[in-house]
Amino acid sequence: MRRAELVTAVLLGLLSIYLMWEAGEGPSWDPDSVRFANIGMIEDEGPGSGFWPFWLALVMLASCIWTGVNWWRRKTPASRSSVPFLTPHARAMLFQVGGSLIVFMGLTHVLGYYGAMFLFLIYYLRFLGRHSLGRTLSIAAGVPVFSFFFFDVAMRIVLPKGYLEPLFIPLYDIFL
Amino acid sequence: MSIMTFGKNTLLGAAAVAISTAFVPAQAFEPIKPIDFVIMAGQGGGADKMARLMQSIVEKENLAPRPLVPTNKPGGTGAEALVHMNSASDPDHTIMVTLNSFFTTPLRQPGLKVDILEFAPVGRMAEDTFLLWVHKDTGITSFEQFLAEAKKRGRGWVMGGTGKNSEDNIITDHLNNAYGLKIKYIPYKGGGAVAKDLAGQQITSSVNNPSEALGFYEAGNVVPLVAFTDEWLPMFPDVPTLKELGGDFSYFMQRAVVGAPGMSDAALAYYTALFDKVYKSDAWQKYKSSKSLMGDYLAGDGLKDYWKVQRDRHTKILKASGAIK
Amino acid sequence: MEIITSLGDGVLQALQPFNLGLAFLGVVVGLFVGAMPGLGSVNGVAILLPFTFVIQDISGSATAPMIFLAAIYYGAMYGGAISSITLGIPGASTAVATTFDGRPLALAGKADKALITAALASFIGGTVANMLFTGFAPALASIALDFGNPEIFALMLLAFATFIGLGGDDIPKTIFSIAFGLVLATVGFDIVSGEPRLIFFDITEFSHGIRFLVLAIGVYGIGEMIWTINTSQDNITMTEAKLGVSTVLREIKAFPKAWKGTAIGSALGFFVGILPAAGATPGSLMSYGVAKMLSRNPERFGKGDVDGIAAPEAANNSASSGAMLPMMTLGIPGSPTTAVLLAGMVIWGLQPGPLLFSEQPDFVWPLIGSFYVSNVIALAVNLACIPVFLWMLRMPFTILAPLIFVLSIVGTYAAYQNTFDVWLMVMFGLGAYFLRILDYPLAPAVLAIVLGPIAEPKLRQSLLLSDGDFSIFLTRPIAGPITVLAIILILLPLVKLIYRKLRG
Repeated sequence: MRRAELVTAVLLGLLSIYLMWEAGEGPSWDPDSVRFANIGMIEDEGPGSGFWPFWLALVMLASCIWTGVNWWRRKTPASRSSVPFLTPHARAMLFQVGGSLIVFMGLTHVLGYYGAMFLFLIYYLRFLGRHSLGRTLSIAAGVPVFSFFFFDVAMRIVLPKGYLEPLFIPLYDIFL
Repeated sequence: MSIMTFGKNTLLGAAAVAISTAFVPAQAFEPIKPIDFVIMAGQGGGADKMARLMQSIVEKENLAPRPLVPTNKPGGTGAEALVHMNSASDPDHTIMVTLNSFFTTPLRQPGLKVDILEFAPVGRMAEDTFLLWVHKDTGITSFEQFLAEAKKRGRGWVMGGTGKNSEDNIITDHLNNAYGLKIKYIPYKGGGAVAKDLAGQQITSSVNNPSEALGFYEAGNVVPLVAFTDEWLPMFPDVPTLKELGGDFSYFMQRAVVGAPGMSDAALAYYTALFDKVYKSDAWQKYKSSKSLMGDYLAGDGLKDYWKVQRDRHTKILKASGAIK
Repeated sequence: MEIITSLGDGVLQALQPFNLGLAFLGVVVGLFVGAMPGLGSVNGVAILLPFTFVIQDISGSATAPMIFLAAIYYGAMYGGAISSITLGIPGASTAVATTFDGRPLALAGKADKALITAALASFIGGTVANMLFTGFAPALASIALDFGNPEIFALMLLAFATFIGLGGDDIPKTIFSIAFGLVLATVGFDIVSGEPRLIFFDITEFSHGIRFLVLAIGVYGIGEMIWTINTSQDNITMTEAKLGVSTVLREIKAFPKAWKGTAIGSALGFFVGILPAAGATPGSLMSYGVAKMLSRNPERFGKGDVDGIAAPEAANNSASSGAMLPMMTLGIPGSPTTAVLLAGMVIWGLQPGPLLFSEQPDFVWPLIGSFYVSNVIALAVNLACIPVFLWMLRMPFTILAPLIFVLSIVGTYAAYQNTFDVWLMVMFGLGAYFLRILDYPLAPAVLAIVLGPIAEPKLRQSLLLSDGDFSIFLTRPIAGPITVLAIILILLPLVKLIYRKLRG
């Protein structure tokens, strides 16, 4: 945990610097604008467009440095802890759960939300939850069907269908 | 992500074409899935109100076999909506309600690579009008008095308006340049907030659309001084136009429906006919007259020519005010 | 007295079978929509708007459709608490603060207590607001007009001040979280300069900004959830509660313990609600902050304090009634939902504004009457449904968890109809998980992303007005005292700290 505390503080510090850099960017229509021209006070107008994000990102950076100092002086629980940041169990779990969410999102581009939802539920219920096949299939099929009627039909929020769209055309015929 | 969307587009498009050619003749287009009805502004604004009214009319009169599904995409004064339209996976089922940011946003954000003339001209539903409003406690009742008072106060005269480099800003700039004024312009997020701050005398004037200021006008809180139109507005018979007072300036807000680039001719013909019906409906005509909207239905090449004129005009205006180079 | 007769007539009209049926239907719809993560009252109202045309045709007046939509608004305010408590995901932005204490109570097996407290607090908040609305609408409308840009900014400063105590024990990490939220709040389009900013890697989707629910659902629906799965190693029972009439009665009897939170929420929520700035979300967050500040045991907040549920819930209902006030009397929406309601009124041919009360009493009074009626219906429906919600919690965690993930993803899509936002939500969620392990408090970031987008433009609009002179926040009669109070509240912990250090 001690190492993770420092690594995180450094990474967040780098993020802060990136945000400061981005905050200073000029408008895209004006190729002559100078970076960081917008972070100060404009006369008679008050702060420029980059003022708020730039200086707050600087505050972020400062608090990361403060966290670094606390780390060095071993003041926070995390900086004293010898417990590993991710136990093997946690790492496996994160990989299985977090990874499956990323796969879920990737699949939405191909199979749409309903198809991706179906596969995700089968994976999670069957392989992580070790539920019976019948229970797995009934939930995995029931949730997309319920969602279709709730979102597409009742709420008129049309979820993307990916390559499965042609399958839904007859359903639109009946329900919409 | 863009690569994946592209792959999906082609395949989906192919599937849609396959289905549409299989079941209906190519000439008579009918939507086969819910129509993506993009609104180039946030919920509750003027464009949103109109879009939802159009949607209601289509539903109520049962004009289309599939519903219009409104989606608000206000990001970057319409930049997000324009990009969404440009990369629409199914242009035959994607239409958008636009305002004047349709002209200005592609000019202000060239990185979007949007050419508005590629959009399908479905139909212009109306042109919204602008008036100059002041609070009644100022005692000002005519444009001349306004000019005198604004000149006297210099930067102390404050105009509130919706957005920077927007319609309201353009009109304010014109007043400043043409009459040698130094009005200070404060951008707001929406016309409603501007109207409220004028009624509360947080600002000294506004150039609200009639629909935004009507409540306070009827209650007698605010007074219209001049209309930025070519003809008198029937709702405000005592208010002269700027042209009558010697100014060579009028300005309107387009309220038009456009189709995504790449929309087929059959689909364009379908939507043009659909919105023609909406335009002719009683509900729309009533709304149009009660909110003092002008402009006739305009579609096809006529609408495209209108866009060309408007784009050139806005290029000139924005260049003059230093908002683009 | 005239008000009372008008109100009495209004209530009677609202109780007519057709109107009553609409109110009931609206409440049920609202409850469902509100309970669905990501969707809030604004979605319910916007989606059913075209349908109200039909209602108007049947009833022949604009009152019936408005009663229907207002009932959805109410129902959704109740519904938001349900998923905040049972699933730990804010059902709507207005219910974020409810997760802070609702979730810990549910995890401790007291979801029934949390749900009943939320329902009763909502009812009281809504009713108090309705009474204030009925009695003082015109006077309050003029207060709303007195709040210009500097006043709203001062109020946001005050809101920040009330959150000082919300962070964790680690000061730099809390500051980081607040600043991070405020920076994220500026992503997208800057209305004052008219330029896009912080459009990372030129991805146009950033131009609509980082939406509040994207961060909130990521943090609570994904990050917090993975953390719970890991720490519990799947041995988790969400609730032991067996629900019967006796439990409900016991919890109702125990409710007065949450009087303080309810009172704060009812009053503050209404006041923030009538200011046309943002509506119920800042109202409920501020109420939570103030309730914690005024509590005798502030350390219990965030661990399952009933006041921590009552305050935001009373506030979001109270604020939603409050937000109706500027909508009807000024024609100005105080929240996204009232913006859609306003569009509805225009579509039905009404002109909201200062004259509405005097020229359309046939519309106004039955509507106000229906606020009272809908509130009672919402309470009854909500209490009746509690067993269903508890049943959801009794599902094995290996079923509940994937359902929460699916709801988070689909809910985020439904809220903004943009797959990019869903990706962002998942990424925030995974990031939040790592930060959670290292004790970074994330609630401050979530609060900051609500208030930032209101505060920053107001600050700059005010300074435009004063030619860049900051004294505008101190010299104006309303903004001045609020600013001073906010500064005192911000400095107080610092002074305490120094005092303690000096004494050794």
